[in-house]
Amino acid sequence: MTVNVLKEQPLVQIKQLKQYYNEGTRKEVKALDDVTFDIYAGETFGLVGESGSGKSTIGRAIVNLYTPTDGDIIFDGKSWSQRQSRKSKLSFNKEVQMIFQDPYASLNPRMKVNDIIAEGLDVHQLVRNPKERTERVYELLEAVGLNRDHATRYPYEFSGGQRQRIGVARALAVEPKFIVCDEPISALDVSIQSQIINLLEELQAERGLTYLFIAHDLSMVKHFSDRIGMMYQGKIVEIADSDTLYSEPQHPYTKSLLSSIPLPDPDYEKERQRITFKPDGNFFNPSNQLVEVEPNHWVYQ
Amino acid sequence: MNELALSVKDLTVSFQTFAGKLHALRQVSFDLYQGETLAIVGESGSGKSVTVRSIMGLLSKNTLVEKGEIRFKNQNLLDYTDKQKEKIRGSQIAMIFQDPMTSLNPTLNIGSQIIEVLEKKRAMKRQEAVEEAINLLDLCGIPNPEERITQYPHQFSGGQRQRIVIAIALAGDPEILIADEPTTALDVMIQAQIIELLKKIQEEKQMTIIFITHDLGVVANVADRVAVMYAGKIVEIGSVDDIYYHPQHPYTWGLLTSMPTPDLEGKLYAIPGTPPDLLNPPEGDAFAFRNEYALAIDFVQEPPFFEVRPNHYAATWLLHPKAPSIEVPEKIKERYNHFEEKIKRGDIQ
Repeated sequence: MTVNVLKEQPLVQIKQLKQYYNEGTRKEVKALDDVTFDIYAGETFGLVGESGSGKSTIGRAIVNLYTPTDGDIIFDGKSWSQRQSRKSKLSFNKEVQMIFQDPYASLNPRMKVNDIIAEGLDVHQLVRNPKERTERVYELLEAVGLNRDHATRYPYEFSGGQRQRIGVARALAVEPKFIVCDEPISALDVSIQSQIINLLEELQAERGLTYLFIAHDLSMVKHFSDRIGMMYQGKIVEIADSDTLYSEPQHPYTKSLLSSIPLPDPDYEKERQRITFKPDGNFFNPSNQLVEVEPNHWVYQ
Repeated sequence: MNELALSVKDLTVSFQTFAGKLHALRQVSFDLYQGETLAIVGESGSGKSVTVRSIMGLLSKNTLVEKGEIRFKNQNLLDYTDKQKEKIRGSQIAMIFQDPMTSLNPTLNIGSQIIEVLEKKRAMKRQEAVEEAINLLDLCGIPNPEERITQYPHQFSGGQRQRIVIAIALAGDPEILIADEPTTALDVMIQAQIIELLKKIQEEKQMTIIFITHDLGVVANVADRVAVMYAGKIVEIGSVDDIYYHPQHPYTWGLLTSMPTPDLEGKLYAIPGTPPDLLNPPEGDAFAFRNEYALAIDFVQEPPFFEVRPNHYAATWLLHPKAPSIEVPEKIKERYNHFEEKIKRGDIQ
C-alpha cells in the first residue's frame, strides 16, 4: 500500500519521549526511554515489539493519557504542554481517536450501539437534533459494514469482529485526523482479522486518515504499514519503510524477530533458521542512538 | 504409517444451554498414529477444544455425547467411568493448556506440582520423585532446576511457566500429549522456543501429539498431518503437504489466503461473513453462506468426504465427479504448482 506521504509535514512528532514509572525508587521502570520518531500525515506507522516493550505506552502517551516524564509529543504543531487546557484537550480529542485491542472490554455493556457511537457526537456537539444524530449513526454503521438495525442493540448481541467494527465506527464519529490502533485484530479470528484490516485500509483511502498501528504480528504490520518502528525494552531499535525493514533488517533484534515468525509454508518452515538475540553490554551503552544508516532507515547503535 | 494410537469415530457432541441445544461437534472422525503430530486448526467455536476435551473426559455437566466412540487400546473411552478416566488422564494421555498463568496453582511451589503427578501416576517415592522432577525441569529448559524447584509460579516468566506446564504433563510419562493452543498467549520469540521444545521432546520420547491452534504458520512448522475444522466438523484432513500445497476445501483456501505473506501486494483476501450459529446450524453445508464457490446442492445437503489422494479427504461437493469445474484462486494455484513440482521431484509419494 502506498500513500502519498508528505515527508515535510509530520502530523505527530515524538521527541526524546521518556515515560518512567516509580521514578527514583528501586522499582523504577523505564517504559519509554528516549523515543524519537515522526508520523507523517496520511501514512500508517506500524509499531512492533514483544509484550512489555513499550509499544502500547507510546499509543497511550500520544492520546494524552499520561504526563510525559520528559520529552515532548507535538501534534499538528502544538507541543504537549500547549494542549493541557480543558478547551484544547477537548479539541485534541476530536482530532485523535483510539481503537482498542479487546472488543469485549472496550464497549460499555449497558449502552446501546447508537449511544456508544454517538457519545463523541454529543460531547463535541457535532449534531443539532436527534434526527441528525440518528442519521449520522446510520451512516457510520454502514461505513463499517454493519446495518441500521444494529443501532438499537447491545454489545453482547454481536460477535468479536462486529464489535470491533462498532469500535471503529465510534472512533470515526468525530471525524478525527489520526487514529491509534492498539492491537485491533489480535483478539479476533484469522478469517475476521483480514476483514478488519481491509476495512481500515478502505477508510484510510476514503478519509485520508493517519494511523499508528500497534501490533506484535509482524506479517500483518508489514502488510498494513508504510513504515515500521521496531521496539525493544522501551527503545526504538530500528525504523524503516516496511519493505526495507523486512528485506534488509539491520538491528540484531529485528533480525531475530523476523526469523521467529512462522509462515504458512511447510517447506519454508523446514529451512527456517531462528536467530537468537541476547542484548549484550553494547546494547545498553548510554551513548547509543538512532543513526540514519541509509535515507529513512534508522538503526539504534 | 505407524500403528494407530487413537481413533475418533463419528463423535457428535452437544451442549444443553438455556438458549437450546448447541451442536458443538458433528460427526468428527479421525485417526491418530503413533509418533505423529496431528494439528487441529479452526476458528474459535469450531470445536477443536471440545474434541480434545472429549478425549480427556473433561466435558462439562451440560454436555451430551450423542453418538460416536473414541477408541484407545481397544477400549471406548466414552464408556469409561470417572475412576477409569482418572487413571488414563496424565499417565496415558496428558494435556497442556493455553494459558500458563491460570493452569498452574499459584499457592504451590512448582516442585510439588510436578512431584504430585510422579507420586500419584508413577508411584514414585519422595526422593526419587524430587530427582525426576529436577530432570524434567532440566529437559524442559528451566535453568538451575535444583534451586528453582522450590519457587512459585509468579517467580517465573510466561514462557518459563509454559515450560513448567509441559514438565507437569510429561511427568506422567504419557503416550499421547494434547497441546491446546500452547503458544497463543506467548510472544513470537517465546512461541518459537516452546515449539522447539515440544519437537525435541517428541523426538526423544517418541511422543504422539495433538496440537491445537488457529495459527497456520505454527501448524506448518509442527505438524505431520492437519485437520481443518469448521462449525463443529472436520472439513479437510490430510498430510501437511496436502493441506498447504494441495488444499481442496474453499474454507482451507480462505484460511490460507487471508494470512499476509511477505510478498503480498494489494488487498488481503477476507472470508466474508461470520461462522454460523451452532444453536441452529444451517441446512446443508455450514460454510455455504460464506463460500464463493458454493453450488446449489451445498444449501440443501451436507457434502460427504471425498478422497483426494490416499489419506487426504475433503468434504466439499466440488470434488464430486459431476461438479462444474471452477477457477481456483491465484494464490492457491501457486501452491498447486509447488505441489506438482514436489511430486515430480519425488518429495511426495
